[in-house]
Amino acid sequence: MTALAGELVPATRNGLSLLLLAMADDEFVIGFSDSEWTGIAPMLEEDVAMSSIAQDELGHAQALYGLLAEVVADGRDADAIAYDRPPEGYYHARLLDHPRGDWAHTIARRYLYDTADSVRLEALTGSAHEPLRDLAAKIRREERYHEMHVGAWLERLATTPGEPRRRLLAALGRLAADAATVLAPLPGELSLVMAGIVDAPGDDLDARWRSKIGPTFERLDLPMPPALSDAAGARTGHSDAFRSLHAELTSVRRLEPGATW
Amino acid sequence: MIGAAVLDEATVRAALAGVLDPEIPVVSVVDLGMVETVDVEADRIRVEMLPTFIGCPALDLIRDSVVGRLAGFGRPVEVDFGFRVPWSSDRITDEGREKLRRSGFAPPTADLTATRCPYCGSANIALDNLFGPTQCRSLFYCRGCRQPFEGFKTL
Repeated sequence: MTALAGELVPATRNGLSLLLLAMADDEFVIGFSDSEWTGIAPMLEEDVAMSSIAQDELGHAQALYGLLAEVVADGRDADAIAYDRPPEGYYHARLLDHPRGDWAHTIARRYLYDTADSVRLEALTGSAHEPLRDLAAKIRREERYHEMHVGAWLERLATTPGEPRRRLLAALGRLAADAATVLAPLPGELSLVMAGIVDAPGDDLDARWRSKIGPTFERLDLPMPPALSDAAGARTGHSDAFRSLHAELTSVRRLEPGATW
Repeated sequence: MIGAAVLDEATVRAALAGVLDPEIPVVSVVDLGMVETVDVEADRIRVEMLPTFIGCPALDLIRDSVVGRLAGFGRPVEVDFGFRVPWSSDRITDEGREKLRRSGFAPPTADLTATRCPYCGSANIALDNLFGPTQCRSLFYCRGCRQPFEGFKTL
C-alpha cells in the first residue's frame, strides 16, 4: 500500500515537505555550483567527471522536486518550485552557500556534502513514504560513484605535501563552521521519525556521519568538523555568493516566463 | 491495425525490442532491462519503464519512441517511468551485453577490476575516468591493444 501524500496528517506533511525541500535544494545548488567547472576544470578528465556529477545531481533534484510537488499539491510543478523563488526562499544547507572556490575547496565541500547526504539517504532505506524510499534507493546507487571519485581526490590532496595539502587544509578551515549543516535537525523532524518516514532525528544522523568520516580524517590527519553552533540557522540567511548563483541559474527561466521547451 | 484481436503482452514486448536506446543505438530498451511491466488492457496499453539514471536526458525521447512503436496496435499507450523497482545494470540481458561488447562498450561487471577490453579481451586495462560522455558510462584504456574504450557503469 503506497503511503499517499493525501493520507498524511498535517504535521507529518509539513515535516515531509521541509525534508524534501532541503534535499532537493541541496542537490540543485551543489549541482549548479559544480557545473561551473565545465570547461575550466584543472584537467580534461575532471571536466568530464564534474560535469557528469553535476548532471546526476540536477536529475536527483528534479525527481525530489517532483515528489515535493505531489506532497504540497499547490499547483506548482517541479520547475516552478526549482526556479520561481527568490534567493531567500531556498532551503539548502549553508555549506552549499560558499562559492565554488579553488579545486581543493570544491573537493573538500563535495566530500563533506556527499558523506552527509549518504547518511541521510541511508536513513530513508525503510521509509514509510514509499515514493521517497524508492527514489532514495535509486539515488544511492548513483551516489556511490560520486563517493568513489571524491574520496580518491581527498586522499590525493591530503597526502601530497606542499600546495595540495595546504590548499585542502585552508578549504576545510573555511568550511568548518558550516560543515555540519546538511544533517542539522529540521523543524518537524520528530513527526517524521514517529511516522516512520526517517529512521532517526538529525542529531543521531550527525553522530552517524561523524563515525563514517572519522577514520578517514584520522588516517589523513585532517581536523574533524566542529559541532554545529547554530542549528536553527543551518538553512537560512544565504550568502551573496548564492545570490549571484541564483541570478545566473534562473536567468533563462526569467527571460521568457511560462515558456515551454 | 496489427493483430488487435489477439494482442497479448508477449506481442507488445516483442515490439518493444525494436525501440533502440538513443545514446547507444545498438541495444534496445528490452536488452537494457528497462521494461518492467506491460499491461494490455481492452482500451489501452500501459508500459512501466525503469530509467537507467534518474536524470537521463534521453527519457522523453525513449517515451516518444515507445509510443510510436506501439501506435500500430490501435490503442492509447501510457508510458510511466518510475523507481518502484530500481534499475540496476544486472538487468541488462546476456544478448544486450554481447551487443554492447561488439560495439566497443565493455558490459558492466560486479567489480571494476573484472572489466575486459571489448576489442581484444585483455585484462591489462586502466580506468581513466569513472565518468564519461553520458551518465551511464566510464572511460578506460587498453594497454594490450592501445585502444581507449568506454564501459557501462555498474549500478
